Formats: sequence, C-alpha cells, structure tokens
Amino acid sequence: MKIYVPGDSAAISVGADAVAVAIASKVGSSTIIRNGSRGALWLEPMVEVETDKGRVAYGPVSVEDIDSLVAADFMHGGAHKLSLGESEKIEWLASQDRVTFKRVGIIDPLSLADYEAHGGLVGLRRAISMSTSGIVEEVTESGVRGRGGAGFPAGIKWKTVADAVSDQKYICCNADEGDSGTFADRMLIEGDPYTLIEGMTIAAIAVGATEGIVYLRSEYPYAIKTLQKAIDIAHAFGWLGSSVLGSKHAFELKIRVGAGSYVCGEETAMLESIEGKRGVVRAKPPLPALEGLFGKPTVINNVLTLSTIPAVMADGAAAYKARGVGRSLGTQVFQLAGNTKRGGIVEKPFGISIEEVVNGYGGGTLSGAPIRAVQVGGPLGAYFGTDKFETSLDYESMLAAGGMLGHGGIVVFDDSVDLAQQARFAMAFCALESCGKCTPCRLGSTRGVETIDLIIQGVKVDENKKLLLDLCEVMTDGSLCAMGGLTPMPVKSAMINFPEDFTGEVSRR
Amino acid sequence: MTMIHEHDFGTPASKKSEQVNLEIDGKSVTVPAQTSIMRAASMAGINIPKLCSTDSLKAFGSCRLCVIQVDGRNGTPSSCTTPVADGMKVVTQSEKLDRLRKGVMELYLSDHPAECATGDECEVHVVAKKIGISESRYAATSTHLDLAKDESNPYFTFDSTECIVCNRCVRACDEVQGTFALTIENRGFEARVSSSGTSFIDSECVSCGACVQACPTGALTEKTLLTIGAPTSSVITTCAYCGVGCSFKAEMRGDELVRMVPLKDGGANEGHSCVKGRFAFGYATHSDRITKPMIRNAITDSWKEVSWEEAISFAATGLKKIQSESGRNAIGGITSSRCTNEEVFVVQKMVRAAFANNNVDTCARVCHSPTGYGLGQAFGTSAGTQDFESVEHSDVIMLIGANPTTAHPVFASRMKKALRRGAQLIVVDPRVIALVRTPGVVAAHHLQLMPGTNVAVINALAHVIVTEGLAKRDFIDARCEEKSFKEWEAFISLPENSPEVLEASSRVPAEQIRKAARLFASVRNGSIYYGLGVTEHSQGSTMVMGIANLAMVTGNIGRKGVGVNPLRGQNNVQGSCDMGSFPHELPGYRHISNADTRKIFDDKWGVTLDAEPGMRIPNMFDAAIAGNYRGLYVQGEDIAQSDPNTSHVHAALRAMDMVIVQDLFLNETAKFAHVFLPGTSFLEKDGTFTNAERRINRVRPVMKSATGKSEYEVTCDLATAMGYPMSYGSGAEIMDEIAATTPTFAGVSFKKLDEVGSLQWPCNEANPEGTPTMHLETFMRGLGQFNRTPYVATDEKATRKFPLLLTTGRVLSQYNVGAQTRRTANNIWHTEDILDLHESDAQLRGVADGSWVKLSSRVGETIMRARITDEVPAGVVYTTFHFPESGANVITTDFSDWATNCPEYKVTAVEITPSAQGPGSMVETHIDGDVQLASIIRMVNQIAANFPVTDAPEVKVAHHIVQFWTPVMIERLHKDVDKSLLSPIAQKALEVMLVTK
Repeated sequence: MKIYVPGDSAAISVGADAVAVAIASKVGSSTIIRNGSRGALWLEPMVEVETDKGRVAYGPVSVEDIDSLVAADFMHGGAHKLSLGESEKIEWLASQDRVTFKRVGIIDPLSLADYEAHGGLVGLRRAISMSTSGIVEEVTESGVRGRGGAGFPAGIKWKTVADAVSDQKYICCNADEGDSGTFADRMLIEGDPYTLIEGMTIAAIAVGATEGIVYLRSEYPYAIKTLQKAIDIAHAFGWLGSSVLGSKHAFELKIRVGAGSYVCGEETAMLESIEGKRGVVRAKPPLPALEGLFGKPTVINNVLTLSTIPAVMADGAAAYKARGVGRSLGTQVFQLAGNTKRGGIVEKPFGISIEEVVNGYGGGTLSGAPIRAVQVGGPLGAYFGTDKFETSLDYESMLAAGGMLGHGGIVVFDDSVDLAQQARFAMAFCALESCGKCTPCRLGSTRGVETIDLIIQGVKVDENKKLLLDLCEVMTDGSLCAMGGLTPMPVKSAMINFPEDFTGEVSRR
Repeated sequence: MTMIHEHDFGTPASKKSEQVNLEIDGKSVTVPAQTSIMRAASMAGINIPKLCSTDSLKAFGSCRLCVIQVDGRNGTPSSCTTPVADGMKVVTQSEKLDRLRKGVMELYLSDHPAECATGDECEVHVVAKKIGISESRYAATSTHLDLAKDESNPYFTFDSTECIVCNRCVRACDEVQGTFALTIENRGFEARVSSSGTSFIDSECVSCGACVQACPTGALTEKTLLTIGAPTSSVITTCAYCGVGCSFKAEMRGDELVRMVPLKDGGANEGHSCVKGRFAFGYATHSDRITKPMIRNAITDSWKEVSWEEAISFAATGLKKIQSESGRNAIGGITSSRCTNEEVFVVQKMVRAAFANNNVDTCARVCHSPTGYGLGQAFGTSAGTQDFESVEHSDVIMLIGANPTTAHPVFASRMKKALRRGAQLIVVDPRVIALVRTPGVVAAHHLQLMPGTNVAVINALAHVIVTEGLAKRDFIDARCEEKSFKEWEAFISLPENSPEVLEASSRVPAEQIRKAARLFASVRNGSIYYGLGVTEHSQGSTMVMGIANLAMVTGNIGRKGVGVNPLRGQNNVQGSCDMGSFPHELPGYRHISNADTRKIFDDKWGVTLDAEPGMRIPNMFDAAIAGNYRGLYVQGEDIAQSDPNTSHVHAALRAMDMVIVQDLFLNETAKFAHVFLPGTSFLEKDGTFTNAERRINRVRPVMKSATGKSEYEVTCDLATAMGYPMSYGSGAEIMDEIAATTPTFAGVSFKKLDEVGSLQWPCNEANPEGTPTMHLETFMRGLGQFNRTPYVATDEKATRKFPLLLTTGRVLSQYNVGAQTRRTANNIWHTEDILDLHESDAQLRGVADGSWVKLSSRVGETIMRARITDEVPAGVVYTTFHFPESGANVITTDFSDWATNCPEYKVTAVEITPSAQGPGSMVETHIDGDVQLASIIRMVNQIAANFPVTDAPEVKVAHHIVQFWTPVMIERLHKDVDKSLLSPIAQKALEVMLVTK
C-alpha cells in the first residue's frame, strides 16, 4: 500500500509535512511517498492512496482531518467529505495535456525505477543511438521554443553550439525562476528532477558538451536538495559521469545556487554569476552560444525547455508538433496565480485563450469580486482587461496584442486593483532589480517611479504622461537587456488598457 | 606650444587581417574584420556620441548613447559592441536615434551637477552640448549629488557626485592595470563606483592612474588639475624612473606642470602608467634642489656657492693636480643610468679624451653588468631580445628574480594581461612575490629557491630538458654552434646537474623542477624575464648564460612571444651601457683593445685612446683606499648609499682629494664631495633614454633648466677646462656623433625619432626602422653559443654567527635610494625600510611584528622595523634600501659577480636581534689591511672557480683577466700576490699570462 503526500514546497507551505507526520503516526511511515504536486494547488495538501481501482485523492487535507479519514478507511479509498475520487478523473487535471509535466505529482521524484516505469530515459537512450546532428534535427523539427520568455527555437540555438569548434562546451540550465507568479520550474525540479537531468544530458550529447550547470535560485531550498540527490543517484547509476549509460559520451552536472538577484535570470548575467562575478548583463554579441560560460560555446535553456526534450526524443518531433498553433508548437505550462479560485499548473497546447485559463480553470477570483485585469508573462508582462480575454495564448498572438507570453505566468487581479500603482510597481521592481549597468534601466526606472508618482498626485499629468511615454521609448529601445527593455510593457499596457487610472484624480471610484 | 590631443576611437583596434567593406551614413568604409561600428565610423571621421567607451578598454555597451541603426536589422544596437559585417549599411543619425540619445542624456543630466569643477574635462556636458540638450525634464527627487568626496589619495580625488557609473575606471583597473581594486557596489540606481568598500588609500589601489585616465567626467581627477587649472600646452617626453620607459604627455599651464598623462602612442606603455611616472614628479621642483654650483676645500668645510666658472675651474685644477702628482690613471668618472644617452656619451668621452684614461664605469656595474657579459657571450650583444609587446604572445612565461608588479609596474600589467588570457607562469624566486598569486593570476609553479642558488635551478631545468629528450634539435642544429652545444649537452647531462642532486642546495623539490621544465619545453612560445635577482650574485654572469642556454635549448629565440628579457632597473641603464660607459668598451659594446674601433674615435676626437681597460667602480674604491686613485666625477648616482658595504665606500670616498658630484640634491655621496655641480631633472633635459627593450625614446624639455645650463654643457666645460675643448649646440648634435661612430645607432637621429616616435636599436641601413625582435634569422654573433655553467656556491654562507640570508628588493612607491620618491607624496605609502622575516625566525629570536630589530652582518649593522610575513621562507629575510637612515647597504658585503664585479646584493648572511632603540645608530666596521690586494686575490680565485675544469680553464681565466682588468691590477697580481693564496687554476693562469705577454 502506498500513500502519497506531496513534498512539494507549495504543498508543504499549506501543511503537507504536518499531514504526512500525522498519517505516519497512524499507519507507519513506510507506506508514505512524498511525491511532487500534481499542480492543483488549491487542493493541496492533496493526499492520494493507491487502491485497486487506481489512485484516489483527498484534499485539501489538514491534520485535523486525519482521524476522520482513518475512520473512513481512506487507505482503501473510503468515502469522505474531502474525497476527490480517482486522481486521474479529476476534471481540472484530466482535461489538461501533460507533456512536460506528465510525471510530476505521479512518481516518487527520486526513484529511478519509478522514473523509468513512467517512460523516463526512453528519450536519452534513443538520443544515444542517434547521430548528434540527428538529435539537433529532431529538436529543430519539433519546433520546441525557449520557455524562458524569448521563445527562441531550441534546435537552432543547439545547432549554433554544435557547430562551434571548442575544447570545452557547456549546458547551462536557467532555473533562476524569479518572475512573480511563476513556479513551474520549481515544481518540476521538486516533482520530477530526472526529466531535467535527462533533457540536459540529451542537449550535452547533441552539442558536444561535457559539463552542465543548473543555476538554481537560493529561494528554492527544497528544489536544490532534491536535484542534488537526483544528480548523486544518477551519477551512481552510471548515467552522469565519464560514460553516459555506457556510451562514449561524458557528462558532469553541477548546481550553482544564485544569490537572490532577479537580473541573474537574464542569461548573460547568469553566466557572470556562475563565473563568480557580480550579476551584470553582458552586451551581445558575442552570443553565449559562441562565447558563453568562461568564454566557451554554451547552450542556455530554461528548465521547462530542457525538461520537454525527453518527451520530444521519446515520442518524436511529429507527436510534439501536432499540438499548438502557428509557430507556437507543443504545450505550454501555464502557471495560474494571484487572486484566483483554482490556481496551479495548467499545461495545455499553445492556443488556449486567456478566458479558458483564467475563468475556465481558474474559476474567477478567490475574493469573489469581478476580474479587472490579468498580467501575463511575469512582472514585465502586459496588463490586459477582460476585453482581451479571447486572445490566444501563443507567442505571436500575445505579441500582436501588445503583450508577451513570457514564462507562462498569469496573475489575476480583481476590481480593487489600481493600475497606476501596478505601473509604478513595475518601475519600482526594475529600480530594485536592475543590475545598474545601462543608463536607461539604471536611472530610468527610478525616474519612472518618480514620474508615475507625480501623475498619481495629479501634478502636471499630461506633461508627465508624455515624459513617461518618452522614457518608455528610451528604456524599450535603449536598454541593454530585456529587464530594462520590457519594464515599459506593464507600464504602457496599463496606460493604454486602463487610461482611467492615469487621470491624476485622487480616487477613480 | 599647443595641447596634444590623441583621438579616441572608442574601442580597441581589431587585430584581424581580413578586411570588411561597409557603408556608414552613405560613406564607404573598409576596416579589419571584428572592428566595432563605432571605431569604423570614427576612422571615417564620423564620431558617434559616447560616454562609456574608450579605445583602451573592451566595449561595454552601458551608456546607450552610441546607438545606431543597421539596414535589415531590428532595433537600435550600440555601435561600440556591434562588429562590422560585409555589406552592412549603418545609419548613425536619424530622428529616432536623436530622440533616444536625448532621452538617455536627459537621464544623465538628471543626476549630474549642472556645472562641473573640471569644466570641459567632463564629457557629459561636452556630449550633451553636441547632441543639443542642456537640461532634463525630470523632477529627480532622488540623486547622488550629496555624496561626499574621497580625497584620501594624495594625487587624485574621487567625487562620486560627478560619477556616471560608466565603469571605465573599474574596467581600467581590471583590464589595463590588472589590480581589480575597484568595483561597483549595489545595483540599480544605487550602483556606485567603490574602491571595494573602503577609501581609495585603504584599498588595494596602486595609484597607477589608469582610472583617472579612463574617467570621462570629473569624478576621478588629478588634484593638480583642480589646484593649478586646465593645462594649456603639452610636450611628449619619457619617464625617468624605471627601465620600462613610458611615454607621457607633460601637460603644462604656463611654466607649471599640471600633470603627466601616459601616451597611447607610447611604444613601451601604450597609454598606461604607474604611480611613480604618473604622479611622483614633484621632486623636480622640490625645495631641496640645489641649483647653484658649490665648492669646498675639505669635506669637513661648509659649502660655498660659486659661479659656474669658478666651480669648473676649481674642479679642473684639482683633477689636473692629481694627475700631475699620481699619474693620469689616478682619476676617473662614473656615468649615470638616470641621465640621457647624450649626457652619458659626453661623460665617457670626457674621461677617455680629456682625462686620457679608460677609468669610466657606470651604475649598471651594480645592476645589469652580468647581463651585458652573459648575453654578449651567448648571443653576441648585450640586450634583451624582444619588445614588451612580445609577452602577449607567450604561452609560458618564466619569471626569475624579478618582481615586476613593484619594480616594473607597467610591464607587469602587460604580463598580467597575457596571464589572464591563458599564458602560464613559472616563478623562480625565494620570496612569494605578488605574481605567485594575485587577482586573475595563479602561477603554475613557484620554484622557491634559497638565495644564491639560481644556477643550481637553471642547470636542473636544462638537465631535465636535455635528458628527457625535450631539446628542440631543429633549432639547435640550425642556429647554434655545434661544438659548444655538444660540450654543454655533455656537461648539463651529468648527474651532478640533476634536480635530485641540486635539490640539496636549492631546496626546490626535484619533482617540481621536472614539471616546470616539461611545461616550459612543451609549449610553442616560452619566454624568460628576469631582474636583479639574477644578476646581483657571485654567479650573476653564469646565471645569465644559463638563461641563454635554456632559451636556445628550447628554441625560444628569434620570434614574437619568446626570448631572454632582462627587466632593466633604471630608465637609461640600457642606454648608459650602449654609450660606452664600461671601462673596457667603447660605445656599441666594442672592446677598447680593438684598434679599428679606437681609430674611429681617435679620428673623430683627435686623440689617441688608451688601449687598456680602465677601472671598474669597486676597483676604483680599492685603489682609492690604497692611495693611488684620488679624483672622481660622479654623474647622478648616489654611490655612498647604493653601493654595497657602505663602510668600504665611505672610506674610499674619504680617501680621495677631489670628488665631484653632479646631482639634483645633496645626496649621501655629496657629503664626501669637494665640488657640487647642480644637475637637471628629466623635465629639463633634451635627449634620449633607451629602455629595457632597446627602445630609444625622446626626452624633451618641458621647462627651462633650473641651473641655467644643461648637464652636458657642464661636462663639456669641465673637459675644456682640463685642456680638451668639447662643446655641442644641442642634444641632437651629440646623437649625430653617436650615430656617426656607432654602427647599431647609425640610423638614429632626433629628426627620425620625432617622425616615428621611437626606435629600437639596432637601427641602421639594414634595419632603418629599428629592430623589435633580435636574432631573427641568425644571432648577432652568427651562431648561438652554449656556455657551460657549473654551479659554484657563494662564499657568503649562513653560519652559526650569521644564520639567516638577507635578500633585497624594492617597493612600488619608492624608487631605489629614494632621492626622488622620498621628495614626493609617495611617502604616504612607505616611510621606512622594513625587515621581512618568517614567523619561525621571529619566534626563535623573540621578535614581535612591528618592533625594532638590529640587523648585523660581518661588515656592519643597522636597525629597522620588523614585519612578520610568510612572503619569505624560514631562514630568509628581506628588506629594501630606499632610506638612508636604515642604510641597508651597511650590511651588504663586497662579494661580487666573478665576471663583472656586480655586487652580490641578493645574498648576505645576517643575524637579527631585538633592539630597544630605533634607527640612527648605523654602525660601520673598521677597515684595515691592503684592501685592494685582498680583492685581487678573491677575484682571481673566483674567476678560476667559474670555468669548467675540463677545458684548459687557465687559458680562459688568463684571457678574461686581460680583457677586463686594468694594467695596474694585473701588475699587482703578478708582483704583490702571495701565490700560495691562489687556487691551482689561478696559479696556472698567471703562468699563461706571463708566457703569452
């Protein structure tokens, strides 16, 4: 018998550890597996038990519920007020199209046997049997694009690195998931770390790299611990090391823990940080693919990008690109957060609308008040009102609508939100997190805060709005990296989509 | 005079040879591939606005003023970071770009003073004006305009209110200087330049001035710029400190020197500088300077200011009287490596022509004379083989007995650049010098040998290379003498030269030697750099030959990135040697015994030169004590402080009847002088200096001579008063005479130098533009000669009475005897000589860190403060000799190099005891007996010990003595020496000399 109590940070934050202890005190600890979270965060802690008819779920479970659950014989799927029925049939989950997240919440994160039993290592084994150029072609053909936000085709980046001549190449995984309202990288690493390791190993073989580094933020202590254990186990298994699964390829993997800087999620600042320097953005060119970590050709991909690769290699490019719309192929792991009733991971093919995610999966706001705005793509993404809710969530449509998909985070706000304050927050966030290298970002963000304050206070509103728009142009077109370059997006989208919040009148309502 | 303006192309030149065509603002441009668009535009006369870029630093892309548009590409990239591409069409001016630039400048102006203290020095205002904006629309409630100034550095101010955080200072500290003292603290709006969290003076900053040079605003400014004001004229000249020979623009306001700015076009320094050259020029106008001639009858009398005529006549009369009483060989002169080639040439001419003897020597005697001898033997000329730039092409650098970060800072920065690029470093030094481990640099091997065992280490390295089959046979077959190689190969392969055997002497683990040797032999380009830690030993010349052997056996001669490179101490030590300052050599290293050479000068000068070598400096001292050397002309050298065994030197000086000192200050030697002839500082001279890479640089007068005369005029006046008329209208005329008489200088003239900036000799018909790399196809002597280099331990050994070995060196802020630097604000860093010793030696003697200790050797004792450090190993102590009060040379002995008498400064057996009192109690031991005879015996035995016994050594010893010794000394050797005190080989050599004579 197995009882699953998620060990995911989000589940733990709502009491999963205490629930696990309470269950153990009743039934012993040997039967408890600390799986990842399936992503229905509003149901956490979601306890599952293995029964004859499959896994049965209860949630959200608190310590106080344990006696009654035991009394209801939950260990054999007995009925209870928290009963959610068979896990696989929970509509919120069952309706998703899990590719990247297919094992998260299901397997024991550190069990290699469990990993293989659920399709793990199939992609890597296939990759080993192929030519390196064949792997690059397959990834290119699949249409997988960078999930960090820029959406650059992974295969083309890999090919640049593969074609570069060098005594040393690197694979760097950007796991500095700093966008507010995003958590997919963390959940994947905590719930299915081998998938990331497998994706990085495939990338390494494809481009001829022998060293990989996962740049993982210090704010994710559980993910750091889980990934390190997984790396150690993979090493002992003969997966990582001088001969990957007995092949001629060598691959070593290390974790580098960040020091709490948002801008280190920018790829070149991340490289500086890994090299032990201040996290400051580099000018491009040179591209990191040619002169990256320690000046060597380097693949830099996000956790989700790399974790999608095993599925692509296992099931083939055709299966992957059958999903999605236009040039946005496959699935996107949306992260629904903020003032939402049913937040969590929603993995669906590109092309789902904002409405379907926010109202369909999210079920409106948690406060019960009407939705006024959503911010898509992290703190540098655009604010949309409900009039834009039919917009398709794919790279091109979001761009056309004046926004961006980013890392797939969607934050919901109800009608109490003041978009002028949100615009100010964007500038303030930039002022706090700017690396301080380029002038538009270093000085512009502070001047942006000051100027928005004047607008809010009703001082020379029209002049200051003009000045703010001029500043937005300088930051957008003049900044060295996306941090300063995208900060105007939430500001301008707020000004355009919610002009009534920028009149300078003390109270709009 | 006008200001010299050096154009800033924004980014460094590309080193690619491939050319790329593009169009900028409709103009067709062809530039090397990898050139930035900014530089390409600048080359085409289109100057894109910029603040964060400068052509001495890699592009950074932070100011965003240099944005441009490229046809077919998105966005507005920065032109400094975007390389050109074939067929590219670039637009540098458009409405969009204008808007962005104004927008960026508006941000700058929102956090910058409306007016800057340095006026047009601040590029923010200059660029703002250029792009047509004068104020910012922002309310700007938060600014940095209330930050405090950091005035802690004596030479420059850091005013953060003017700082635009362009990082140019930080990058200059990293990329140009390689010290990494500066950083940016905090991020975003709060990002500020910081000397790593402390004041500049308390930081790692070495005050090289690179940050001040790089700063586009008034944030980092020379204090003199603020006190004197903006310069109005400038003159290009050459630094007078070390042998790097940096080119500077001396920037003047009226008659006042505002600042020295390193010249980007300077071949030696390429725009870099160190604290001494950049800032420590205040001594030139120090109140201690003597500007009037002075005389006195006895050194116990007080000085009397007199006219030039009276001083010259007094000196000439004194010298003539000595010659009439004691013969023409009873006087001589010492030339200075601090003076110009022209001044040195004139002094040696005066000695040879007016004094009618060859008693001329130079202070190079006490530093690099073994380089002259050793490289002359091996390669056929007495000079380093490369230019400085060569080091950037090295794969492995071997650094022996040199500490460039303190003694040759600007070259050290170049070396560090090569090391950061990936070159590997082997350090051979008893001390843990900075380059063993410093930011960006970790030496692959530190062979931490005991002082005095250089030859053991170099032989062991060569032994490994030869016996492990790593010798470059192709090179040796093509370029070296077969016979000398075969003999050397047999010698070096002997077990006695193995690292395992020599480990006992050097204390360097054999395995480490083997690894270092393999590394050095395994790369394409291996180069050797060395300093006085090689030459100032009893086997200094042997070691130089050992270095030459190692370079030849590994094929590392005759191209970029390789070579044997002495790091010269004084600004013109190379030049003073070139100019015929040695008693046995005429200008261009031609032996005085050569009749053809003498004829050139006989004809030119209208005299008949003496064919016999004259006296070396130590011979002069010995002879003075013996009573038959009585008059000395000392040009710009403080022998009483700088030469070893101070008691001996003082005794010699006291014994003389006419000591003439030509100097800026009343130095220690002047205490023993009868005539003081005031000299000129480098800012007043018109001539040339030759640096360590044989580069002849112009020294141009920046201000009028404070004495009313140039130094060469004074020398000529003395020669004339002695009865041999000499006179020149200008420095250029002297150089013309040098060129006319010296083949390696045949193509050199002031006119040519003014055209091309600098020339590396040989410069003649075959090499009209000079010679950056020597021995390209063949050696100067034809085939390279291997010399056998048996290791002979020095007689200066640690004993029970003197169990520690003292070695000496320098600090960054002070220069040699400190005559100049002690008269500048550099004293803030180093106010006294400190004795470094290891913890275990300190504990054993009850010495506490910072306490006074008495340092004694068999010749004297002195007192200084102790510093406990692990930079020296147990058994070795270290100090500097910058301050006369501590008198480190009271301790050093008169032991010297067997071939050249270069003093053994680097090894003195000493003992240390705690002292209750501070300095001021220098003790000199009494000297008695026949000092000259004792030296003659020691010298001849030492020479005999250094020739391998297998090879008729007596003939070589005899030849050596005839070549370098004065007839008087040879006569005493035959007549007065008790033969039983001589070694068997020395005795046989005497017989050979008698027979062959």
